[in-house]
Amino acid sequence: MTAFVARRLVGVFPVILGVSIVIFLLVQLAPGDAATALLGPQATEAAKAELRHALGLDEALPLQYLAWLGRTLTGDFGKSIATQLPVATLVLPRFVNTLILAFSSLLLAIVIGYSVGLFAALRAHSVFDRTSMATALLAGSAPPFWLGLILVLLFAIQLRWLPVSGMRDMAGDGGPFDVLRHLVLPTVTTALGPAAIIARIVRSTVIEALGRPHVRVARSKGLSRATLIRRHVILNALPPVITITGLQLGYLLGGALLTEVVFAWPGLGSLLYDSITARDLPVIQATTMLIALSFVLANIVVDLINASLDPRLREA
Amino acid sequence: MSAPATLAVSNLRTRFGGVSAGATVVDGVSFSLQPGRTTALVGESGCGKSVTALSLMRLIEPPGHIVSGSVTLDGRDLLALDEREMERVRGARIGMVFQDPLTSLNPALSIGGQIVETLQTHQPMSRAQAERKAIELLARVGVANPEQRIHDFPHHFSGGMRQRVLIAAAISCSPSVIIADEPTTALDVTVQAKILRLLHDLQRDMGAALLLITHDLGIVAAMADEVLVMYAGRIVERADVDTLFHNPRHPYTKALLACVAGIEDDRRTPLEPIGGSAPDLRNPPPGCRFAPRCPSAQDICRRQDQTLRSVCSDHEAACVLVETELSLV
Amino acid sequence: MSSLPASARAGHSELASAAPTPLHDPRSSARFWRLKSFARDRGALVSGLFLLAVVLAVVFAPLIAHYGPDEADNFARYKPIGTLGHILGTDQQGRDMLARLLFGGRVSLLVGVVPTLVAGAIGLGLGLTAGFVRGLVDQIIMRCLDVVFAFPMVLLAIAIAGSMRPGVLTEILAITIVLIPYFARLARTATEGVMPVPFIEAARAAGGAPMTIMVRYVLPNVFSPVVVYATTLMGLMIVVGSGLSFLGLGVQPPTADWGAMVAEGRVVLRRAPHVTILPGCAILVVSLAFNFLGDGVRDALDPRTIRR
Repeated sequence: MTAFVARRLVGVFPVILGVSIVIFLLVQLAPGDAATALLGPQATEAAKAELRHALGLDEALPLQYLAWLGRTLTGDFGKSIATQLPVATLVLPRFVNTLILAFSSLLLAIVIGYSVGLFAALRAHSVFDRTSMATALLAGSAPPFWLGLILVLLFAIQLRWLPVSGMRDMAGDGGPFDVLRHLVLPTVTTALGPAAIIARIVRSTVIEALGRPHVRVARSKGLSRATLIRRHVILNALPPVITITGLQLGYLLGGALLTEVVFAWPGLGSLLYDSITARDLPVIQATTMLIALSFVLANIVVDLINASLDPRLREA
Repeated sequence: MSAPATLAVSNLRTRFGGVSAGATVVDGVSFSLQPGRTTALVGESGCGKSVTALSLMRLIEPPGHIVSGSVTLDGRDLLALDEREMERVRGARIGMVFQDPLTSLNPALSIGGQIVETLQTHQPMSRAQAERKAIELLARVGVANPEQRIHDFPHHFSGGMRQRVLIAAAISCSPSVIIADEPTTALDVTVQAKILRLLHDLQRDMGAALLLITHDLGIVAAMADEVLVMYAGRIVERADVDTLFHNPRHPYTKALLACVAGIEDDRRTPLEPIGGSAPDLRNPPPGCRFAPRCPSAQDICRRQDQTLRSVCSDHEAACVLVETELSLV
Repeated sequence: MSSLPASARAGHSELASAAPTPLHDPRSSARFWRLKSFARDRGALVSGLFLLAVVLAVVFAPLIAHYGPDEADNFARYKPIGTLGHILGTDQQGRDMLARLLFGGRVSLLVGVVPTLVAGAIGLGLGLTAGFVRGLVDQIIMRCLDVVFAFPMVLLAIAIAGSMRPGVLTEILAITIVLIPYFARLARTATEGVMPVPFIEAARAAGGAPMTIMVRYVLPNVFSPVVVYATTLMGLMIVVGSGLSFLGLGVQPPTADWGAMVAEGRVVLRRAPHVTILPGCAILVVSLAFNFLGDGVRDALDPRTIRR
């Protein structure tokens, strides 16, 4: 197992390197030259020339990359064009907020997805099964940002149960309960898509597990239905479901970004959005990199969980 | 330990599918099992043997359902029990051994656990007691080193060994009826003989009734006391084993025996396959179901369905020829 | 050996879960039967016809809508659904919703379909090459793709589109770039599955030119899963594309596009919710239709389900 962990961690380096290259290249995509992209169109010619010199923007691309890499590794992500603040100070607090949203969404998606999927499988072809799968299909096909707005319309505007946006009330106490109230709609919105997918896959894996021969053999021994399901169905249906949940991470992160914009949740997603609107390239780069690295890390964790459960995967 | 009892099946009907587009796969089957006797249920694939066995255990799942009939064990009709009561019967009063040992065990649980769960379901036992009993059972069925192997997983065992484990689980609570559905079909020939011998010994020691389902006449000859020949959902002949092999009366039985090479047969004697194929039970033919393939079919066979009639005591066959041949004697 | 095992890749499980379809011998001509079995799947058929209707509607938008999508009318603002003359109501600038939906559909559909097709073609080529040639070429290609897989798909699309000048082309380019690896990986896996098959080995042993073998024998078997994948993905990409538009990375106002319409409707959510609800429904329904269509295509192309 340790060998697998070591191999996995080592294998990640080329990927991180590749990620950094992609981030670096983002600047090249921007219209105009790099200095304009980094300083903004308002910058003076003198400022641009100075930056060009400081960052070595006239040199060959690979050299620029190495210089940029060096700066980034020492924590210098540059300065935000819009606020002139060091990017690092902008990004980190937002990161925590996004983590809060992402974790609660993942939790909710798992809880809803697994229970609905299991229930639907155990009552296959029943009314519950058909309705829940139809709902899952709809929830999975709907654009998440639109779903969020519908939820806002319903719960915040029409029913007035929950706040419309933000993380804390401006005038309120700002305590944990307040945050929780604000967390509800964004979490539900972000969780719906992944929950739908999880539910559908749990349903099909459990139905397939129910049909396996050893289930009938166990039944022939007189085991009660509850024991049967617990020991012979769920246990066997579990492994692929964990993999699928891991796959939802990317979907979740993407969905979370859009949700943050819809609900003005002060996380990395809305920061990214603001920086895109403001063409604040350094912030775009740093935010994207942070999210990508979290994603890579999360994937490693999922792989480790999978490998610890199924020894066969350790050969990968 | 339960006292030996008989299992009596009367007019069992099991159907798959709805009223309009279904098939009655077991169509009016009746027989009984006696303690200490081995009854073989023989027939080609698809004739309904396995479905009969599953019906006895009430393991038929939708779209199949048991339509009518009775299955009496110890004077109680199993078909009238609710699910809870049936769960108490399964594994404890009737034990079943299935066909494919490679898929019949849960790969995620230890084999010891799968025997222990049967024991603990039906008898008040602590885990330690159950494990001790499981070790005894494993030894009884011929698994070496049971104390160690009890913690092993199914993939550590060969097919034959897995079947032994499954047999151990099936007999763990000393059932009075053992149903074995093609227990050796998926095994090597050498292993087959050992497993059959094991079943025979266990039955003898426990005094249980054994229902052995097979399509292999060799196994029938070796193991059975009584034989039921099944075709297209019906029992077409019932006799004790010697009578069946020496004096078969139903054309299907005769044809079956002709398919198999006898030990005295010359190499040049051709094996006679049975022409045609089994009827589609969604639309069974009006008359005798074997008539389309029967070499001795007559007009009346095609018009009128045939029921079992007595050839002599303990020998029945569902063929009009039974009467016509009798009248010739 | 890649650094991201299959279990960890992909931002969408749908993207990762294309089930392997069994092989078919290109020498058999079962196309007619495939069309028949496709027609038997009602959901797929209805969806296919529906999508056809949608495409026709957006193409002939000027004939169907009485107004232009940018025609603002200060006297007809915030009209609800069912108003005379504006059957789907108007938005905060008095623009007819039906017209905006139809014209906006052009952009939205384009942004969903074009990247899928282009990425499909490129990804197919890459995956086929990687799986066929193997060795160093395979390793290089897959390594490069792994890097893209390291990003959540939507994030990367946003980052790419966000770095460039906003516009339809930007959206299409961003989505195409992000999609290529998924197709490539699928094609490569399918190719790997096909290669060891006896009739391919026989063709190679008979001395066939690699290119010919690749096109005549391997491609048809890899084509099916890619087509199924593409059909399902189109629905997803319409949603993703609308997400990019929602963030303002696509067409700029006043041009209509379903995602952008949702964003514009957000401002007047309280007063005129239909401005937000309608475009979202359009996205939902089209995405669902592609979903069903994809299922139907998959069943139709699977040789196992060909019924005579």
